Amino acid sequence: MANFETVMGIEVHVELSTKSKIFCGCSARFGDEANAHVCEGCAGMPGTLPTLNRRVVEYAVRAGLALNCEISRFSRFDRKSYFYPDLPASYQVTQLYHPICKNGHLDIVADGKTKRIGINRIHIEEDAGKLVHDDWDDCSLVDYNRCSVPLIEIVSEPDFRSADEVVAYLEKLKATLQYLGVSDCKMQEGSMRADINLSVRPVGSEKFGVRTEMKNMASLKSIARAIAGETRRHIDAIESGETLIQETRRWDDNKGFSFAMRNKENAKDYKYFPDPNLMPVIVEEEYIREIRASLPELPEEKKARYIREFGLPEYDADILTGSRYLVAVFERAADICKNPKEASNWVMTELLKLLNDAQMQPEDMKFSPDSLGTILNMLTEGKINRAVAKKTFAEVFESDVDPVDYVRKNGLMQVSDTGSIEPVIREVLDANRKAVSEYLAGNEKSIQFLIGQSMKALRGKGDPQVVRDLLIKGLDERKG
Amino acid sequence: MKDENILNMTALEVARAIRSGDITSPQATEAVLSAIEEKDGELNGYIRVFGDRAIARASEVQKQIERGALDYPLAGVPYAIKDNICTEGIPTTCGSKMLENFIPPYSATVVHDLERAGAVSVGKLNLDEFCMGSTSETSFFGPVKNPWDTTRVPGGSSGGAAASVAARMSFYAYGSDTGGSIRQPCSYCGVSGIKPTYGSVSRFGLIAYASSLDQIGPIGRDMLDCAAALNQIIGKDPADQTTIDTVPIDLSAASEFSGKGLRIGVPEDFFAEGIDPEVEAAVRKAVHVFSELGASVTSFRLPIARYAIPTYYIIACAEACSNLSRYDGIKYGYRSQNAKSLSDIYVMSRSEGFGLEVKRRIMLGNYVLSSGFYDAYYKKALQSKALIRKAFDEAFVKYDLILGPTAPSTAPRIGESLSDPLRMYLSDVYTVLPNIVGLPSASIPCGFDRNNMPVGLQMIGPYRSEQTMVGAACLFQRSTAYHLRFPEKRGEDA
Repeated sequence: MANFETVMGIEVHVELSTKSKIFCGCSARFGDEANAHVCEGCAGMPGTLPTLNRRVVEYAVRAGLALNCEISRFSRFDRKSYFYPDLPASYQVTQLYHPICKNGHLDIVADGKTKRIGINRIHIEEDAGKLVHDDWDDCSLVDYNRCSVPLIEIVSEPDFRSADEVVAYLEKLKATLQYLGVSDCKMQEGSMRADINLSVRPVGSEKFGVRTEMKNMASLKSIARAIAGETRRHIDAIESGETLIQETRRWDDNKGFSFAMRNKENAKDYKYFPDPNLMPVIVEEEYIREIRASLPELPEEKKARYIREFGLPEYDADILTGSRYLVAVFERAADICKNPKEASNWVMTELLKLLNDAQMQPEDMKFSPDSLGTILNMLTEGKINRAVAKKTFAEVFESDVDPVDYVRKNGLMQVSDTGSIEPVIREVLDANRKAVSEYLAGNEKSIQFLIGQSMKALRGKGDPQVVRDLLIKGLDERKG
Repeated sequence: MKDENILNMTALEVARAIRSGDITSPQATEAVLSAIEEKDGELNGYIRVFGDRAIARASEVQKQIERGALDYPLAGVPYAIKDNICTEGIPTTCGSKMLENFIPPYSATVVHDLERAGAVSVGKLNLDEFCMGSTSETSFFGPVKNPWDTTRVPGGSSGGAAASVAARMSFYAYGSDTGGSIRQPCSYCGVSGIKPTYGSVSRFGLIAYASSLDQIGPIGRDMLDCAAALNQIIGKDPADQTTIDTVPIDLSAASEFSGKGLRIGVPEDFFAEGIDPEVEAAVRKAVHVFSELGASVTSFRLPIARYAIPTYYIIACAEACSNLSRYDGIKYGYRSQNAKSLSDIYVMSRSEGFGLEVKRRIMLGNYVLSSGFYDAYYKKALQSKALIRKAFDEAFVKYDLILGPTAPSTAPRIGESLSDPLRMYLSDVYTVLPNIVGLPSASIPCGFDRNNMPVGLQMIGPYRSEQTMVGAACLFQRSTAYHLRFPEKRGEDA
């Protein structure tokens, strides 16, 4: 069997998080009642005209600069025509001939190696609406809320050779765009969508194989599965001498197979031509300079600084800077408790565990950014112990409680005065003779059990060090 | 004052009579409505007439004028507007079965401008379906007839607008001009009209035919009326990104315009093969009037004119097929009752909802934009457009105005043109050039042929040269009487 190499390029559609749509004043918000955000403009009514939302250009330029692109001083909008009920004007406004950004790149780390992925272009376009099938009435309804929500499409060069590289690229891209504040990049809500162009060729071959484009992957995991599945399909076809067709396919994650899409998507005559209603976008050098100056610290710089200034391990710095939402929690906590290492440890262990247990993405976190720092301060000041701190943080994560209130209302303040603890210790020692005699017989591990019993009796609030000291003191007394 | 006397006044005269209290706006409106009642059964210039609604509006405007709250130059004067301009709550059909029942929930920017200026709308005017035609015969609501001879067409696509002004069924009107749709019917109906510099009038609410060429403009009994009417609708509109800042035309300066020092260029290419000799004679005579009035007149060559028709039809059809693709039977407009699938809805609704000429241009547009043909057609057309612009730029170094015929012939008989679409397209040969490059252009009456059908003189000026163009036209109209003739007076003072 010959060795094959998979060659991939990615087209990523990202919905920009502008308040209003690209060509009208309608809200671009996701998740509202169907057709809550529609006007004559985005519904494609006769005689209406588009007016470009300048914020869209700004966001596209921000993304372009962060992805090391050349910004076109002159770009222009074109119409892409096809008939479908989700497209009210029967054409989509996009940028075919003169995109806003060109020739960029993004460095990724995959399989322990750094690799530069070329970005061919970034162009601005409008999103389409959504068809909803009504099974009750057996009819299709259309929701125009998403119509004309601004998008950028980021087109990579065919530089990918493995699913790991693709996933690393998408994670980095997502982190970068979130840092820039240009998109929330939620794959489940469709605000970030990736289409994979994939072909397979024998290792060492210069020529590209026949390429297929895959759509409909709703998560990074599903993308990885789609790449594996489609690669297998290509190799099988090549080995059994079947002809592969250049076409658009829809990945079915449940079946683990891709299916050719209906003719609409494969009829590629979109009759592109410049939109006569929109003026060319002219970007001045000064404007580019201003936007460049306003760019936030991006993941790579931040990671380097965390290692340099806070002495964080590279692995931790990498995870932390992988999401602006983790960064926000970490930086705020570090700022409040003045102990970046401790803050980092809490994010790396407790927060990631909570996210994982709740099956949530960092962008879905809802709690107040000050809470973790407040908890860590209470811990350092001895007001609560570590176990209570963890419990409180879990409550904060779950329902955004105020940590100080929570500790007070539930009486979780740490008990560290010997006067309150000594009687409890005596009771514990009296009630657990077996453990006491084991300890006295030389089994020092038994003290753990006794600590646990004492903490239980103190309802978790005891200062662990004080409890331990008093237990040892009491046990020593019983040595006789 | 008797209706007949009111109807014989120009729009500016009516406005003055209303301001001075000689007549009222409702009186003027009643006069127009009875003229429509009397003549439009035959002429078919209106798709919709606002009877009581117009009177009510006129009374309201009258009160405001009397209170001194309205002092716009044409306040209270009834006008009519082409039915491709959206009017909130009132059907706007574009002369098509596709939009027969379309009621826009918004008004065009120009309609708002006119409401503010105290204008009184009496109705919506007939047109070629989606403005595609040069005769006003392709309307779903039946052909418009020429008031000078009802066996002839009024021109198109603003045929209803030109016919209504010529027949005294409106004091002034607004049409739209994509390749001559204001000027050519003005020529055929013996009235005056302006296609303004591209961008001087908002297109918001104008149902698009070809967006880079379309422009709303006025039609009136003389050029001064047109200028006053144009002033009401110009200006930058945030809803239309292609609009530009525009200075209103100074009417008193236009009335005192002198021909001395005016440099006129006459392209000999406009008198080439195909022009009716009587049209040529009338136009040459009109040009001579200008030289008698002190202008210098020079003949020159404009060979690029031979690319006008192919350039225009490629650009216009390409944009049209895209602009009209929204009429898909899904959201509004006509949907075939026989459709059983999504593909049926598209194919059957569009096949049944559009007329022949519209379908022809959609086909042409799709053809020139198809992959593999774009470079050969659309891109070539854009290159040709650049050459046309360069030729005009060069000409306007030497001349202040270019004069020539508006159309190669006078109005043809009904039915003649539709049988030969190519010939109809070729009749746009002089008018399409200014649209391709966005220049202002006008048509004014300059004579009559042996059948007493009017001949039009076309004026083309540099960007934003409306002041000069209107001034020169007013000068011509002060020295001639062609624009004063009514269809009814035919023969009396020929």
